[in-house]
Amino acid sequence: MEQVFSFFNDNQQIIYMVILMIFLGIEVIGRVPSVLHTPLMSGANAIHGVVIIGALIVMGEAAPDNYVAIILGFFAVVLGTLNVVGGFVVTDRMLEMFKKKKP
Amino acid sequence: MLSSILNIIYLIASVTFIIGLKMLSRPESARKGNLIAAGGMGLAIIGTIFLYETSDGTHLGNLPWMFGALIIGGVLGAVSSRKVKMTQMPEMVSLFNGMGGACAMLISLIEFNHIKGQEIELGHYIAIVLGLVIGSISFAGSIIAYLKLSGKQKDISFKGQHIFNLILFLIIIIGAVITYMAEPQNAPTYFYATFALALLYGIFFVLPIGGADMPVVISLLNSLTGVAAACGGFLYNNKAMLTGGILVGAAGTLLTVLMCKAMNRSLLNVIIGNWGGSAAASSTSEQGGHAKEVSLSDAAMLMSYAKKVVIVPGYGLAVAQAQHTCHELEKILTDKGVEVSYAIHPVAGRMPGHMNVLLAEADVAYEKLEEMEDANTNFKNTDVVLILGANDVVNPAAKNDPASPIYGMPILEVELAKTVIVNKRSMKPGYAGIENALFFQPKTSMLFGDAKKVLQDLCAEVKAT
Repeated sequence: MEQVFSFFNDNQQIIYMVILMIFLGIEVIGRVPSVLHTPLMSGANAIHGVVIIGALIVMGEAAPDNYVAIILGFFAVVLGTLNVVGGFVVTDRMLEMFKKKKP
Repeated sequence: MLSSILNIIYLIASVTFIIGLKMLSRPESARKGNLIAAGGMGLAIIGTIFLYETSDGTHLGNLPWMFGALIIGGVLGAVSSRKVKMTQMPEMVSLFNGMGGACAMLISLIEFNHIKGQEIELGHYIAIVLGLVIGSISFAGSIIAYLKLSGKQKDISFKGQHIFNLILFLIIIIGAVITYMAEPQNAPTYFYATFALALLYGIFFVLPIGGADMPVVISLLNSLTGVAAACGGFLYNNKAMLTGGILVGAAGTLLTVLMCKAMNRSLLNVIIGNWGGSAAASSTSEQGGHAKEVSLSDAAMLMSYAKKVVIVPGYGLAVAQAQHTCHELEKILTDKGVEVSYAIHPVAGRMPGHMNVLLAEADVAYEKLEEMEDANTNFKNTDVVLILGANDVVNPAAKNDPASPIYGMPILEVELAKTVIVNKRSMKPGYAGIENALFFQPKTSMLFGDAKKVLQDLCAEVKAT
């Protein structure tokens, strides 16, 4: 129990942020029309590619002789970049089709 | 100094994610929103590489390798997403989602290596193990979803699969707890076992789910990856990762629920509900099945972004005296550049020519009215058919079902169009008292309510889009 309390006290800021973000995330896409479901999913998919920042940090912090960390980190950065670049490009291509044609 | 700049960059990135997601949920701003979020992401990545300072004040190392990885990932991602066909988009999204999950999984593996053999702080450990488990499930599940959508993997379900999955899930939780409790030298064994089981769970979670439900599952896995990314944010006390991850986790979960609603299903029903053979059999044998509803704003959106809309008026329109409102909607759509016409069935309404009279009264231009034969040849080039209180004149049973009382009656073949929106007061059968299979077709959606009221609301919605 004590551990739980100290965990809460140490991370108050983050816990607040998480809760507020949950409400914001729900609020932000509240009234999306179903034609946009797939592009929105794809866009959100690109945004969680932000995980690449973690991959960059973990790879950059690895000691030059720590080959396991460097190799795993290398793959993590490749995969994270794929997620970011692929995600945004695919979303953009989907949304291209929604462009309003001129009469 | 440098790290303060980086913190500001992360703040900007978080804001672009929020704005981007907001703009993505409206058609006119969606594309810009996507670009804004991408810009924020690029800024965060560049900032991290050059400005990040480790706890002892040094900058990130291994830069040549890092750039190599960025270039490989960037080129692969750009090329594969440019080449993929529009029809293959869902599986591509799934694949990229899996990459993100794998990225989170690898981060956790490396971080665990760093703390191996030491006393672990609880918060730190939870972030690592949660990132590992969720990342692995998302990775394995997304790959299976990708294989299934691209037709390389069939649905597999066996008896007791739910129980099996549930037990697997419980063992993963137990494994995570034991890893924390165990002596430091034993912890890695439990940790890697938990890792393997999480991968296995991801596979078995997605394997039985039917192909049509795949987009829902991908959306769910998508929000899972968001949570995994947020775990990384906790690990490095990185606010951009934390906010971005949680934002996607929450929005993705809501989106998953919305998608289920659009298909007239519940999330639980998609995950553990009936699928495959049994579902297909029951929907054909039983005359009813599911007619799905469409919301006013969706219907308005569909029509505003269509090239050609055909309105099929019926008795319901006459009863509601909605012809003026109908003309109003036609004018609004025409102003938006949509080509609108009316398909008039000779026996629509209660007397021949009922509809022509009705519409002429509302000043609808004569050229806009198409006779049945012309209409039937044009339906295949039509994006949206809006049926207003017509039923039997669009009932495919007249063509397909010799047992039907209206068999042989010529009908408006609306099912040739891309989408059909049916406005009716209720699901009650029409004048002839027979069920209409059209309402249960996948391309058909229902818009219940009085024709006049619905048209008024549609006008307002179309104006707003």
